Amino acid sequence: MAYSEKLLDHYENPRNVGSFDKNETAVGTGLVGAPACGDVMKLQIRVSADGIIEDAKFKTFGCGSAIASSSLITEWVKGKTIAEAGAIKNSQIAEELALPPVKIHCSILAEDAIKAAISDYNTKNGKAEVEAAE
Amino acid sequence: MNELKAKPIYLDYQATTPTDPRVVDAMLPYFYEKFGNAHSRNHSFGWEAEDAIELARGQVATIIGASPKEVIFTSGATESNNLALKGVMKFYGKKKPHLITTVTEHKCVLDSARHLEQEGYKVTYLPVQQNGLVDLEQLKAAITDETALVSIMAVHNEIGVIQPLKEIGEICRERGVFFHCDAAQAVGKIPLDVNDMKIDLMSISGHKIYGPKGVGALFVRRRPRVRVVAQITGGGQERGMRSGTLPTPLIVGLGKACDIALNEMAEENARIMELRNYTLNRFRERLADIYLNGDEENRVAGNLNISFAYVEGESLLMGIKNIAVSSGSACTSASLEPSYVLRALGVDEELAHTSLRIGIGRFTTREELDQAVDAICNEVERLREMSPLWEMAQEGIDIKSIEWAEH
Amino acid sequence: MKQPVYLDYNASAPMNATARDAVVAALDVAGNPSSVHGAGRDARKIVDRARRQVADMVGGDPERVIFTSGGTEANNLALNGLEDVVVLTSAIEHPSVIEARHDARRIAVNANGVIDLGALEDMLRVCREAGEKVLVSVMLANNETGVIQPVAQAALLAREYGAKIHCDAVQAVGRVPVDMGRLLVDMVSVSAHKIGGPKGVGALVIAPGVMLVPQIRGGGQEKYRRGGTENVAGIAGFGAAAALVDGKLANIDDITAKRDRLENEILASAPEVVIASRDTARLGNTSCLILPGMPGETQVMAMDLAGVAISSGSACSSGKVRESHVLKEMGVAEPGSAIRVSLGSETTNEEIDMFIRVWSRMRGNAERKKLARNAA
Repeated sequence: MAYSEKLLDHYENPRNVGSFDKNETAVGTGLVGAPACGDVMKLQIRVSADGIIEDAKFKTFGCGSAIASSSLITEWVKGKTIAEAGAIKNSQIAEELALPPVKIHCSILAEDAIKAAISDYNTKNGKAEVEAAE
Repeated sequence: MNELKAKPIYLDYQATTPTDPRVVDAMLPYFYEKFGNAHSRNHSFGWEAEDAIELARGQVATIIGASPKEVIFTSGATESNNLALKGVMKFYGKKKPHLITTVTEHKCVLDSARHLEQEGYKVTYLPVQQNGLVDLEQLKAAITDETALVSIMAVHNEIGVIQPLKEIGEICRERGVFFHCDAAQAVGKIPLDVNDMKIDLMSISGHKIYGPKGVGALFVRRRPRVRVVAQITGGGQERGMRSGTLPTPLIVGLGKACDIALNEMAEENARIMELRNYTLNRFRERLADIYLNGDEENRVAGNLNISFAYVEGESLLMGIKNIAVSSGSACTSASLEPSYVLRALGVDEELAHTSLRIGIGRFTTREELDQAVDAICNEVERLREMSPLWEMAQEGIDIKSIEWAEH
Repeated sequence: MKQPVYLDYNASAPMNATARDAVVAALDVAGNPSSVHGAGRDARKIVDRARRQVADMVGGDPERVIFTSGGTEANNLALNGLEDVVVLTSAIEHPSVIEARHDARRIAVNANGVIDLGALEDMLRVCREAGEKVLVSVMLANNETGVIQPVAQAALLAREYGAKIHCDAVQAVGRVPVDMGRLLVDMVSVSAHKIGGPKGVGALVIAPGVMLVPQIRGGGQEKYRRGGTENVAGIAGFGAAAALVDGKLANIDDITAKRDRLENEILASAPEVVIASRDTARLGNTSCLILPGMPGETQVMAMDLAGVAISSGSACSSGKVRESHVLKEMGVAEPGSAIRVSLGSETTNEEIDMFIRVWSRMRGNAERKKLARNAA
């Protein structure tokens, strides 16, 4: 399988690996996938008072494409509003990393992970779901 | 990750072995000067080819304790397995339509069995124990008056376990059932004797024993006689059991490979076994949470199949690009499914996703293994730092207690 | 001692040096083409390249080249790979076609060894009326006589009646142009060792729309059409030999001239000799000579003792002396007295001279013995 240079770069030098304290109010955590399926993604965002994603971290159990997809999305969401981050589509990730067809599910997982993190943040802070769904 | 860029390290000896230079040397003359068709029996070109083929037939027979007349040449172990299963069932199937095999056989045995099922034959797929070995009591219980054939492999391609062939052979002979043994991974790696083990048919591969690809053999017992219906017909070569012009150089190569293996097996096995134990110990010293799949005792020398918990196998492979190892059998590793073999052993699916098969063979050096162990361990550590599952395990969270959304 | 003369190219051709180099180089590539690591991908590259070369050789699609262990397996796969079909095949096919389907119905051939297209059409009509699905299998060139069959016409008929058609082109490749598109065939069998490639490898090339049931299962190789680790070195050699087929075709006029000289000189000195299908379109390298009163096997042995390798029919009969089914079907008198002389690119004029000399001496001896017997 031939992987793109961008993908290999994110796999070899992943950005924003790590964890925040998931009990912090400003932190939203998304945990998606399942070990039995061969991939699990944990994606966390730290949101400022005015609703901007200040920082993001991830940890991923999965193939190189899954690692690269999660690394890429943490880069993308930083500095974005929650609504903007929630609007990222898996197809954008797939295109950026030139994922082969059998690996498209990795980009879907990354999209699911950011949505789950936003949802967790919203629940913690008593905000309605609509904001992200817009 | 880049320190290994220089020279690739081949540790995939169960997928295929490099051709031994001595084998290549034996084959070369037959590619050019000696080109007769072995079946053109009336001219000297043909005679020379035939002599070479009969020499090779003897070499193959010797390594399994058979008579040369019981060896027929095929295009490889896949064809041999197909011929053994379909050939025997189609000959005896009217009275005895039942076939017994195991869930962990090579794909070509399972596919042949499934095809026979579609044609109306009955097939029992025996489970295996957690160590990968067949339960002999279950085998005994599965045999009925309608059973024609039991097909069980000698050495497993993924997990390297050695089945109790002699015991299986005894059971089959006692019950009047033929025993077919896929020995593709076993020939030259463990001592085999078709008479002592009461094996009636045995599949042999060239390229798994440092011979060429595209050639194999099937042992078909003459006393008591086993009959097979030919699957490739026309020309009547190989006593009518397998038609097609015999590829003299390939057959010469297979014979030479058997000859070398027979002479060097004891010494080679001791060396490889020592390397394997050394490698396993180094992994165990450096990494926690690793598991050897398949029985540790009843195991061929050159095979390690290890689950590196919390690290997904494919990402691990990507990180050790200069080391050729496999994350499953070579035939299926392009797919994303975890190994059906590991699942049959009862290995948790999440662990099945984390396994690597490391094959050690004739040309492997201790230096290569040192480099490979270092590279694999570095990568496992790097990926574990990145793994949410490892993090949870360190925090004492039981992964099984989480309700995962399966997708 | 004199170098033996090899005139049995239809049984097997000597390996071409380029093909041999490709084989030897590929033997050093360790990987299994199904493995995803670098060594595996190197092996895969070799196989894919050869796939394109073999496809180009017959005007096929690389995606639809199925590598097999040889022409015999390719023919077996073609004849058994389609589900629920009635097979119509000529009576002069290679044994690997004839024996692949004992239930096949046989298309008759005329005295020249050419299939009877009228008979084929009648058979197709009967099948259509019975609502049967049909596979027609006709070889492009006969291995014993070299006669070229009207495959394209047979294919047109097959199309008209909704049948699929397979062509065994094993003997034709490199001797006449083979193009699946022009022949209008759905499947074509080819073999490496008849064109200067190694033994133990061949291919069935199929057209779009052909759904094959695998005959050797397991592993999923060749797009699930043929299981088993690919014979990488053999396939590399096949590809290299396939790439040289155009050169062989350019050479065929020269070979034909040598063959014609051989036949003319034999006939001039031995007018009782019959040459099968001499006035029919046939391969330029093949000559089927019948010397009445002398068994073919005896001729072959006498020639071999004198250092000339020829054959008394198809080489597949494993030493069993069998009369040629091909000549019998044609109604040739004394089919048991036939020998097959087949030339190749490496055949020299000196070898032709040697053949004529040795053969004439053999015939002279036989004549003298006959005279002596008659006198006694």
